Amino acid sequence: MPEMTPAQLTLLEARIAEVWEIGSRLGLRPFPTHFEIVPATVMYEIGSYGMPGRFSHWTHGKAYQVQKTLYDYGLSKIYELVINTNPCHAFLLDTNTVLQNTLVAAHVMAHSDFFANNAYFARTSRRMLDTVSLNAERIERYEFEHGEAEVERLLDAVLSIQEHVDLYATEDEGQPTEVPPARQPGPYDDLWRHDRRAQPDDATKPPQRRSRRRPAEPVRDLLAFIRDHSPVLDDWERDVVSIVRTEMQYFIPQIQTKVLNEGWASYWHARIMRELDLSTDEHVEFARLHAAILQPSPRRLNPYHLGYRILLDIERRYGESRLFEVREVENDISLIRNYLTRELVDELDLYLYERQGDELVIVDKDWQAVRERLIGELGGNQTPVILVEDGDYEGNLELYLRHSWDGRKLDLDWAEKTMEHIYRLWGRRVWLETKADDQSRLILSYHPREGHKQHR
Amino acid sequence: MFSISLTRDDWSLHRKGAIDQARHMQKVKEAIKQNLADIVSEQSIITSDGKKLVRVPIRTLEEYRFRFDPNSYPQVGQGEGDSKVGDVIGRVGPGQGPGQGKQAGDQPGIDYYEAELTVEELGKLIFEDLELPNLEEKRLRELESEAVRFTDIRKHGPFANLDKKRTIRENIKRNAKRGTPRFGGIKNDDLRFKTWDRDVKRESNAVVIAMMDVSGSMGTFEKYISRAFYYWMVRFLRTRYDHVEIRFIAHHTEAKEVTEEEFFTRGESGGTRASSAYQLALQMIEERFDPASWNIYPFHFSDGDNWPSDNDLCRRLAEQLIDRCNQFGYGEIRQGRYAYQSTLMHTLERIHSPKLVTVTISDKADVYPALRRFFGPEAREVARA
Repeated sequence: MPEMTPAQLTLLEARIAEVWEIGSRLGLRPFPTHFEIVPATVMYEIGSYGMPGRFSHWTHGKAYQVQKTLYDYGLSKIYELVINTNPCHAFLLDTNTVLQNTLVAAHVMAHSDFFANNAYFARTSRRMLDTVSLNAERIERYEFEHGEAEVERLLDAVLSIQEHVDLYATEDEGQPTEVPPARQPGPYDDLWRHDRRAQPDDATKPPQRRSRRRPAEPVRDLLAFIRDHSPVLDDWERDVVSIVRTEMQYFIPQIQTKVLNEGWASYWHARIMRELDLSTDEHVEFARLHAAILQPSPRRLNPYHLGYRILLDIERRYGESRLFEVREVENDISLIRNYLTRELVDELDLYLYERQGDELVIVDKDWQAVRERLIGELGGNQTPVILVEDGDYEGNLELYLRHSWDGRKLDLDWAEKTMEHIYRLWGRRVWLETKADDQSRLILSYHPREGHKQHR
Repeated sequence: MFSISLTRDDWSLHRKGAIDQARHMQKVKEAIKQNLADIVSEQSIITSDGKKLVRVPIRTLEEYRFRFDPNSYPQVGQGEGDSKVGDVIGRVGPGQGPGQGKQAGDQPGIDYYEAELTVEELGKLIFEDLELPNLEEKRLRELESEAVRFTDIRKHGPFANLDKKRTIRENIKRNAKRGTPRFGGIKNDDLRFKTWDRDVKRESNAVVIAMMDVSGSMGTFEKYISRAFYYWMVRFLRTRYDHVEIRFIAHHTEAKEVTEEEFFTRGESGGTRASSAYQLALQMIEERFDPASWNIYPFHFSDGDNWPSDNDLCRRLAEQLIDRCNQFGYGEIRQGRYAYQSTLMHTLERIHSPKLVTVTISDKADVYPALRRFFGPEAREVARA
């Protein structure tokens, strides 16, 4: 495929300006946006790293290889790539036609608007490009100081639990509660009777030594807990944990709003493109491209399509102004809960399927079952919630984790492998409480000397 | 503040993705090496034509994390408007999926990562640190027979090599151009010299004698194991050494020299007298491979189920073979059977020689350790001891 010529570039620039004018008139309020034309290899690299300049790791290389292979065989095409920063950065493929890139620009404009106005992005760092570059430099320095293999092993371990970050953790969460100072007797002591009933020994027993590794309430930010309390990590290793956590915190809102964000962008690229003065040929090309982007898939839900259709339905039922409200306050979970109706499930022909022998068979079409399952798959709910119960289990600095049960079974094989990674970070026996097939309590433990154990 | 801008930079030196991809490929290779024992005995490879791509499952490159059991919950899909409960929307068959990492993992039930490589690449990994053990230095020097052959003509050279016929022809040609087609007035420009190459003919001085039991007691598994072993051994020798001779002997109660193709494809039956093979090997050495100038490596694979009356003879012949060779390798395949007291292994083990190396194979995964035992660094340690 030929690259864009200078003439085409000029045309594209004019088109993007037009897109911006139309979008702004219709109510979009994006960040200033910088577009960059790149070759496919760079596009796929940025796609597989999440953003340009991130640290090196073989998992990124693996993602890159997959992307590139699919592209080389013509099986996939990244249509747009946009980074949530202010100014916003977007990448366009230099082998795309002017029309394709115009559509992408319209799509990007809506993403940029979403980043700027959706509540879940309010706390994300808008200077993340700088941050990830600095992070990459630090990791490179650690590679130099401690050896590439050592850093790689550490990253392998940290990345295995990178999803276990709590966006809403306050800074002091996970810290041990202070032991309250002994009270002086006073005239109103009888008022405290109710409290004492809850802790009957409080007055008689000397205050118990509380390990600083024992959170008052279970915490779900595994990375923060390990960073702060691991008995074995060096400072540079804690820094690596911190780097991964910071970057993941940045990506989480994107995971939480995939359907809504893509639906929003698709809704707007369609509207803006219809307002552009296109030739007949270009109209045909646009229609074909739009259909390809929104193509439903029998096995995997296309988030573009689902989001787009829900938004169209909202517009039809409540008017356009509601759309802007939705883009401000909802995420995928709340969007599905609030707006996926029975009629829509039927209209979209959504179903549940599972593997039976070698066949994939439709097993349910009930709209509520579909909705519940969808909620389980979206918005970060596809990651099990793992809570740190105790970082000083058995008074031996062992790490006791509990899988917060929501009715879904863990992949025990994978859990065991993940526990090996956690051991690398904690250095003491790691425990994990979950449930077995029959719903009974199941506790796994791992220590390299004794291997994996299951306790009931 | 700008609201939009558009640029195109030069990205041609940008290689981060490629570098991490290379690291990933390196890890794939490491993972394969860890799994070589399983991969080496993979039937699809042994029976392939050698050019085929093989798919190797790699579990160590999985990005493990806490996840829900992918097979215990239904997934959400979308139809075209007319789907019904009970409709089959697809199939997951073995070998399906493009084998490119995550792609396959997106479908329920297929959740491992596969790498694709050629048998040749695989061979490189397997053979990396293998070599013929105990090669003797003084004989290692290949016999080179040299012949001089004139192969080219040039305008300069020693006069002793002057090509008179061509020089005269050039002279006449040049004169003809000036209208006088005759010989005379030779100039430097007419001179033509012959040049030569040294034609070095190498004669190999290592020979491997591959012996295989093809008697009736060798079941499918036993035959398969011996073939798998020899398949890799032959590939290894051909890859690593340009000039190693390989001879094939198949035996039951009688031994016969066979071609490579026959060796790998033919089935026989009948009882077992291993002495017949040893006898033939000795005879081969006697006639063609003088131990003074040859490194000799006999290998024998059998289920060990030899005629008891033949065992003594076997031992005597094996001793003679060991006298003449650099290493004698014996592999006994015993699957799920109790160890016979009268097997060939017990007979041979009574010979105490560092040149005798034996392995017992009871599982497919033992083929790779066997290769390493015979050709690996460990074998060289033993041989030196």
